[in-house]
Amino acid sequence: MNQAIRRAWVVAISMFALVLGSLTYVQFFQAQELKANPWNSRQLYQDFGRQRGAIIVDGRAIAESVPSNDQFNYQRVYNEPELYAHLSGYYSLSLGSSQLEKAEAEILAGTSSSLFYDRLVTLFSGVDPQGASIELTIDPQIQQLASDLIPDGQRGSIVVMEPSTGNILAMVSKPSYDPNLLSGHDTAVIAENAALLSEQPGLSIYSNPATESLVSPGSVFKLIDAAAALESGEYDAESEIPNPPALEFPGLDYTLPNYVTGNCASRTTADLEFALEQSCNTPFAQIALDLGEEAIAEQAAKFGFGERMTIPTDVVASVFPSDLSADQLAQSAVGQFDTRVTPLQMAMVSAAIANDGQQMKPQLVKSVRAADLELIDEPEPESLRQSVSGDTADQLTEWMVNVVDNGTATGAQVPGVRVAGKTGTAEVSETGDNAWFTGFAPADDPQVALSIVMENVDIPTGQQLTSPSAKRLIEAVLNR
Amino acid sequence: MSDVLTAPRSRRNVELLLLVLALAVAISASYLAGIDREEAFSEFFWTQGLTLTLMSLFLHIVLRVRAKYADPLILPIVVALNGLGLAMIHRLDLSAMQSNPDFAPVASQQVMWTAVAMGAAAALLILLRDHRLLRRFTYISLIVSAVLLLLPLAPAPIGLEINGARIWISVGIGTFQPGEIAKITLAIFFAGYLSTNRDLILLAGKKIGPLQFPRFRDLAPMAAAWLVSIGVLIFQRDLGSSILFFGLFMVMIYVATSRVSWVLIGLAMIGVGIFVALELFSHVALRFDSWLNAFSPDVYDRVPGGSHQVVQGLFGLANGGLAGTGLGAGRPDLVTYANSDMIIAALGEELGLIGVVAVVMLYVLLVSRGIRAALGTKDGFGKLLACGLSFTIALQCFVVIGGITRLIPLTGLTTPFMSAGGSSLLANWLIVALILLISETARRPAPTTPMKDSFPAAVGVNGKPMKKRTTKVATR
Repeated sequence: MNQAIRRAWVVAISMFALVLGSLTYVQFFQAQELKANPWNSRQLYQDFGRQRGAIIVDGRAIAESVPSNDQFNYQRVYNEPELYAHLSGYYSLSLGSSQLEKAEAEILAGTSSSLFYDRLVTLFSGVDPQGASIELTIDPQIQQLASDLIPDGQRGSIVVMEPSTGNILAMVSKPSYDPNLLSGHDTAVIAENAALLSEQPGLSIYSNPATESLVSPGSVFKLIDAAAALESGEYDAESEIPNPPALEFPGLDYTLPNYVTGNCASRTTADLEFALEQSCNTPFAQIALDLGEEAIAEQAAKFGFGERMTIPTDVVASVFPSDLSADQLAQSAVGQFDTRVTPLQMAMVSAAIANDGQQMKPQLVKSVRAADLELIDEPEPESLRQSVSGDTADQLTEWMVNVVDNGTATGAQVPGVRVAGKTGTAEVSETGDNAWFTGFAPADDPQVALSIVMENVDIPTGQQLTSPSAKRLIEAVLNR
Repeated sequence: MSDVLTAPRSRRNVELLLLVLALAVAISASYLAGIDREEAFSEFFWTQGLTLTLMSLFLHIVLRVRAKYADPLILPIVVALNGLGLAMIHRLDLSAMQSNPDFAPVASQQVMWTAVAMGAAAALLILLRDHRLLRRFTYISLIVSAVLLLLPLAPAPIGLEINGARIWISVGIGTFQPGEIAKITLAIFFAGYLSTNRDLILLAGKKIGPLQFPRFRDLAPMAAAWLVSIGVLIFQRDLGSSILFFGLFMVMIYVATSRVSWVLIGLAMIGVGIFVALELFSHVALRFDSWLNAFSPDVYDRVPGGSHQVVQGLFGLANGGLAGTGLGAGRPDLVTYANSDMIIAALGEELGLIGVVAVVMLYVLLVSRGIRAALGTKDGFGKLLACGLSFTIALQCFVVIGGITRLIPLTGLTTPFMSAGGSSLLANWLIVALILLISETARRPAPTTPMKDSFPAAVGVNGKPMKKRTTKVATR
């Protein structure tokens, strides 16, 4: 009988060996795969159950986690939600997260490797781990003003930045939304709210228009043509360029006209100063045809076109098209056809010109602080590239000042301050145009560079909402 | 063979030392379970600690007096398992109460059941001095088993149906699963029947090829076992218990006869049983489907019989990984029935692979000590009983953990000593008491003083003169 008992024991031990094997398989070999399974809500519960760090603007939290009495322990709350929605993004149970909530997820959740020491301490002290907070470079007053300058119902963006550091002082897009609608703990309510928001015309909760929507730049692109012309060495301030009322292309019915009601018609040739001042199309088209597609594309790239960035939120690449026929190149050079830019890109062009040709990386984060307020990280200003030479930058600055003093952007004049600027009007549809302003001030010691775009407006409204708004923003920054 | 000769020592002091260790594990686990919620020194902590300490010391003293030579490892192992289970049930209570303030805690009731079960084990040790007495109750046990298994099928005031299974009865203060106790009485019946009729079964039979097949009439107990298992499956819809009963019979018949042919017949009958069950009962078929296609979306969300529970359990285990989240720091409460059927998933999540392997090793030790008692005891009845009961514990662990890790289909069974549930706890503590009694007879030194009607004092077992009181005796 004992032999049989021993065999029974062997069977019992084999069964234990099997379950030990399957436990090892599940908990060790299969663990990563199971953790990544979309049905696995543990990571969510873990993240949501943690006190996530705040997003702070000028000492005030615009997004913070407050204790809640449900199973998640904490509720994400957005203060001044509409004003900062496109920057903070949302932190949602069912939709995931976006913008800073996504880009700085590891810092906010406290899982970043830069917080390793803090995590070690919490591991041994048994205190609940807390995420680090992020302080933004945004100036709340400028942000509020920028928001007020875009009328409700108007789709548009404003980006205000410091040319010497790349720090973003304001970044506003409308229409905006309330991220609190998406951050509740009832997924049914979230889905309902998301559906309602998706019906709002011109609004996408998934992207920040200032950095992720590509729009036609129109005449503000001429700054890049002018830069290319100067950098090529073939043009200077004295160069006279043919300025016909319309440019014709061999074998095509299409003609590229100058703006009918402007002052361009007063001269048959134009120097660059005049061409910028009155925003004449044909001289710039001529320059592009003369220098070639490559040269314009190269200069655009030197201003940051074609490059994705994270600031730390995603910035999509602005586009200068390639493989162009002559008429397409002419149109692209005046910011039409397939040329597309982000509002941030145009602010970066002005900022580079303002900063002696040196382009600084735009930055939204001023500092990262641990839960105990200890400073963890303070991003240094970072130079991206030399977009144009110092001389070219100086020359462009003079011409841009002239645009504000005598040209199309007189609305941006600030008493006692030399303002440099350039307007643009991109024809996008039968119903309206994109109205642009980009520039900086003061011209001699630039403190602020900005870009404003109002989408799909008629021309008078567009003019009203761009240059005068630039004036008020410049005043606000200089009077800080 | 590998017979180990040891001097017969009671080893009760070793037991006491290990008991202190087991209590330390159990009580610190209960402390850790509450620390994250700042409820470490709660009322529960004290009741759990005191109940466990007092009851296990009481059992220890009973053993010192009544079964001096009983195996010293069994009690500490079981106390550690029971204590860990209590800590985890308490920890899950805290989570449940957080999300639902009206939740009635389970742990305090489980502590009460622990006291009752350990008390019953002590009573059994005191009242039943020798397990061989149970042999007298062979056929009474059969009748008791039948009654216990039929009770839940009685009409409403007595029998209860919970979650589709009819295995509960209502007993004033709460519910009770008589099937858990039936496991013991059936083991007693089979041990009694087989040890008595063993020779008859062994000698008669046809030889076909290398295998000697039993006579048809000797197949009667096997058929009875099969009928009980299938009956439990059909009428009570309890797949887990049905597997357990059948496994118990199989191992006892094999041990009694040492015939592989019985095992083959048994496996064939299980095969038929499973096939019939799959064809006839949707709940069994659903279980299989949930096992094979656990990660397919329509199976996951299916109600009833979806794979949600097993998949959530796997997520819990994965979350624990190697080292675990730490007691109180995971989310085992996301798994349904985390404190009963799925308690291993909860342990795996919070104690990690390392912790859950340690727990499984405790079961391995427990089962091995039980089997060792079976090897050591002289009487066939004791051998069969100890081996059958120990094997049942191993099989139960296999079915539960295998189900949770998706090695086999998930069936609703308790993890011995750990899961919330009074009947299971009571039954398993009674099993422990029986194994302790059997181990006592296995390890007790042969009588060295002359007994009535025995050999003369100067002559030992083998006719050789006895040397000293500490004559070496095979304790296997």
